[in-house]
Amino acid sequence: MSSTIVSLPDQSTARIPKVNFLTKENGLLSWLLTGDHKRIAILYLISISFFFFIGGALAGLIRLELLTPQSDLMATDTYNKVFSMHGIIMIFFFLVPSVPATLGNFFIPMMLGAKDLALPKVNLLSWYLYVAAGMLALYAMITGGVDTGWTFTTPLSTHYVNTNVITTGLAIFIAGFSSIFTGLNFIVTIHKMRAPGMTWFRMPLFVWAHYAASILMVLGTPVLAIALVLVVLERTVGIGVFDPAKGGDPLLFQHLFWFYSHPAVYIMILPGMGVINEVISTFSRKRVFGYTAVAFSSVAIAVFGFFVWAHHMFIMGVSNYAVLVFSLLTMLVAVPSAIKIFNWAFTLYKGSITFETPMLYSFGFMGLFTIGGLTGVFLGTSGTDIHLTETYFIVAHFHFVMVGGMLMAFLAGLHFWWPKMTGRMYPEKISQLAAVVTFIGFNFTFFPQFILGTLGMPRRYASYPPEFQVLNVFSTAGATILGVGYLLPVLYLTWSLKYGEIAGNNPWQATGLEWQTQSPPLTENFTEIPIMDHEAYDYEWLERQKEKEVTSVG
Amino acid sequence: MSDSPVITQGAMEAAHHEHPPYQRHHFETIGQQNDATNFAMWLFLLTEIMFFGGLFTAYLILRNWYYPAFVAASHQLNIVWGSANTAVLITSSFTMAMGVWCAETRRKSGLVLCLVLTFLLGLVFLGIKSIEYSEKIEKHHVPGFHYSIQSFVDPASDPVAAAYGDKPLALDMARKTELYFFLYFAMTGMHALHMIIGIAILGFMIFRARAGAYTMGHVTFVENFGLYWHFVDIVWIFLFPLLYLISRHQ
Amino acid sequence: MSEQHEQEHEHHIVSPKIYVTIFFALLVLTTATVAASFVEMGVFNPIVALAIAVVKAVLVVLFFMHVKYSTKLTKLTVGAGIFTFLVLISLTLADYFTRAWGRW
Repeated sequence: MSSTIVSLPDQSTARIPKVNFLTKENGLLSWLLTGDHKRIAILYLISISFFFFIGGALAGLIRLELLTPQSDLMATDTYNKVFSMHGIIMIFFFLVPSVPATLGNFFIPMMLGAKDLALPKVNLLSWYLYVAAGMLALYAMITGGVDTGWTFTTPLSTHYVNTNVITTGLAIFIAGFSSIFTGLNFIVTIHKMRAPGMTWFRMPLFVWAHYAASILMVLGTPVLAIALVLVVLERTVGIGVFDPAKGGDPLLFQHLFWFYSHPAVYIMILPGMGVINEVISTFSRKRVFGYTAVAFSSVAIAVFGFFVWAHHMFIMGVSNYAVLVFSLLTMLVAVPSAIKIFNWAFTLYKGSITFETPMLYSFGFMGLFTIGGLTGVFLGTSGTDIHLTETYFIVAHFHFVMVGGMLMAFLAGLHFWWPKMTGRMYPEKISQLAAVVTFIGFNFTFFPQFILGTLGMPRRYASYPPEFQVLNVFSTAGATILGVGYLLPVLYLTWSLKYGEIAGNNPWQATGLEWQTQSPPLTENFTEIPIMDHEAYDYEWLERQKEKEVTSVG
Repeated sequence: MSDSPVITQGAMEAAHHEHPPYQRHHFETIGQQNDATNFAMWLFLLTEIMFFGGLFTAYLILRNWYYPAFVAASHQLNIVWGSANTAVLITSSFTMAMGVWCAETRRKSGLVLCLVLTFLLGLVFLGIKSIEYSEKIEKHHVPGFHYSIQSFVDPASDPVAAAYGDKPLALDMARKTELYFFLYFAMTGMHALHMIIGIAILGFMIFRARAGAYTMGHVTFVENFGLYWHFVDIVWIFLFPLLYLISRHQ
Repeated sequence: MSEQHEQEHEHHIVSPKIYVTIFFALLVLTTATVAASFVEMGVFNPIVALAIAVVKAVLVVLFFMHVKYSTKLTKLTVGAGIFTFLVLISLTLADYFTRAWGRW
C-alpha cells in the first residue's frame, strides 16, 4: 500500500484543457456579467479572502493590544471599534459566505450533475449585494467605525454610542439578502436540478450539509433584517420598541437578533462539516459510516437550531423558566453534532488513511471542533454559563468552533478542490507544513483563553489585571504563528496557479461527479448530462470504471 | 486519464428537442424551469413571512404589556376606511387571480384588463392609506414627530375618543400609545412598501402583456407575481383585525 | 429515475368559478369579522377576529395561490414557513409570559 493516493497524469505530456470555464470568455465584463456558478464562486473566493485578511489584521491588532495589561497600543474606544469590526467582518463577510458561496457555489451543481444553479442571475446578484455590503461596512469602518460589538446589543447600540451603527446595520442588512439569495438558490437547485439517477440518498453529504444550512439562511436571516431595521429606526426616529424609557424592551432586540444569529452559527459550521465528509471519505477510501444518519443529523442540527437561541441571553434577564427550557433544548443540539463526530471516527476505522493536506486540516477540524462543541455544553448549562459567559471562556469556545472548526474545514476544502478549480496541484510538502503550523498556532492562541476565562478575565476590555499577562502573552505569540499559517497558503496557492503540477481529472481518485470531468471544468460542467447509477462514495464503482477504461483502451 | 466515465447518453436526445425561446439553457425541460422558479418564489415568500414575523412578535408582546394604551390608540383608527381597504385589496387579489387564469388560457385582452384593474385597485388602496396617514399627521399621532398624547389623557377633547367613551389614561400609560402608533406605521408602512413594489412591477407587466408576452404559453412570471400579490393580501388580512378590530369593544 | 420529472405536475388551471366563489366568501368573511367586532364578546373578540383571519388566509393560500392543486413540496414549504413563524412567536412569548412567575 503506497502512502499516498495521489495519481497525477504524466507531467511531460499532460496539459490543462484548452477549453474550460476560465478560458471560455475573456475580459473583465465576461466576469462581471457572468452567470456561470464557477466564475461567481471564484469572484466570491477573491472577495472573501480580501475580507478575511482585513478581519485578520484587526485580530492582530487586538492581540497586540492585549500583550500588556494596560491599554497602551490604542485608546480604549479604538479597541472597542477594532474588536467590533473584527467580529462583524469575520462573521458576516467571511464565515457566513465562506464555504457556501465559494465551494458550495462551485461544486453543488457539479455534484448534482447540473449545468448551473437554478437561478444564475440571482446568484450573480447575491455576489453584487455582498460586495456592496462589504464596501458599505468598510466605509463605516474608515469613517469612524462602530463599537457595539458584532451583536449590536440594545440599548447600547441605540442610545449610548454615537458611532456608525446605521451604516454598519445597513451593510449587514444587505449582506443578509446576499446570504438569503445564496441559500434560496441552493434549495431550489438541490430540489429541482438533480441529474437522472441522483436520488436524495445518492447525493454527497456535502450537498446535504448545504441543504440544511440553506434552510437556516432562508428562514433565519429575514428576522435579523427586521431587527436591524428596527435598530436603524430607533436611532433615526426614536420609535421606542427597544427603549425602556418609552415602554419598549431592549431584550426583544436580543430575541430577534439571536433568533437569526444562533442558527447563523450552524450556517457557518454545517457547510464545513460537509467538506469534512468528502475529505475523510476520500482519504480513508471508505464510504462515510452511517450515511443516512449523517445526512439527517445535518437537517436535525438545522431544525434544532431554531429552538435554542435564548441560551445567549441567560444572564440578560430572561425568565428563569425560559432559561430552563432553552438550556434543555440546547443539549439536544449536542446529539446530532456528536453523531457526526462519531461517524467520522468510524469512517476512519480500518480505512486506508493517507495524510494529504486536506486530511490534515480535517483532523484539525475534528479535534478542535470536538473541544469547541464540548465547551459549548458547559455554556449551554445555565449554572456554569452564569459563571463563564462574557469571559474569555466564551471567546475561546466560539473561536474553537469557528476558527478551529470552520476555517480548518474551509482550508481543507480549498486544498481538496483546488486541483479541480484550477487544474493544478498545490505543493504538497509546504501545505502540510502550513496545516501543522495552523494547528499549533491555533492551540497556542486560543487554549490559554479557556484558562483566562475560567479565571474570570472578561471579554471586550482593552486592559486586564497584570496576573493574566502570562497567558495573554502565550495567546498573542500563538496568534503570530497562526498568522504565518494563514499567509503560507496565500503564497503557495498563488504560486501553484502557474507552477503547480497538472492535476488531471481526478488526482485523489474520489468518487463525486465533480471529479469525473475535466479540470478546470467546462462552462456547463459536463459534455453530456451524467446519469448517476451508483451510491455516493462507492470506491468499488470507481475501480470498476478504471478497469473498464483499461480494457477498452487495451 | 480520459474524459468522464460517468457520462453516458441522456442529454443527447434532449438536445434535439424543440426548445421554446424562453427556456434558459441550463434547464433540461421547460417544466423543470417552471417548477424551479415557482419553488424559488415560494421560498422568497418564506423569508417574507419571517420578516413580518418579527414585527408581529413585537406587536403581541407590547400589546400584552400595555393593553389599555393599545386599546385606546386603536380606537383612533377608522374602521370604515380599514374595511373599505380590506375589500379593495381582496378585490385586487381576485382580479390578479383572474389575470393568471387569462394568461393560462391565453386571453390577451382579458389579461391586460385584469392587470390594469389590479394596478388601479392597488393605487386605491394606497390612496385610502394616505388619507388615513394624513389624519394621523394632523392629530400628531406620528411617533417621533411632535407626538401628542392629548387624545388619550383627555379623551373628551378628541371627538373620536369621546365617541368610544374612552376613559382618560394615566400619563404613564398614555405615553405607551406611541408604541402602538409606531407598530401601526411600521407594519402598515412595510406592507405599503410591498404594495408599491408590486404596483411598479404590475406597470411593467401591463406593458409586456400588451405586447403579448404572457399569453403565448409562458405564464410563470404572471403566476409568480400573483403569489407575491396574494401574499401581500394575506399580510393585510392579519393586520386589519389586529390593528383595527380586536380592541374595538374595550 | 429522476425525481424532478415526477415532481413536474400537470399544470392545473383553476376555473374562474372557484375564484368567484372564493372572492365572495372572502367578502362575506370580511363583513363577518367587522360585524363581530361590534359585538361584545370579551376575550373572544380577538379570538374570533383571528380565527376569521386564519380562515381567509387559508382560502387565499389554497385557491388563489393554488396550493390545493400544488405538489407536496409546495405544501411542505408553506408548512415550514408557518412552523418557523410559530416557533419565533411562541418561544419568545414563553420568555415574556413567565418572567413574573415566582416573584411574589
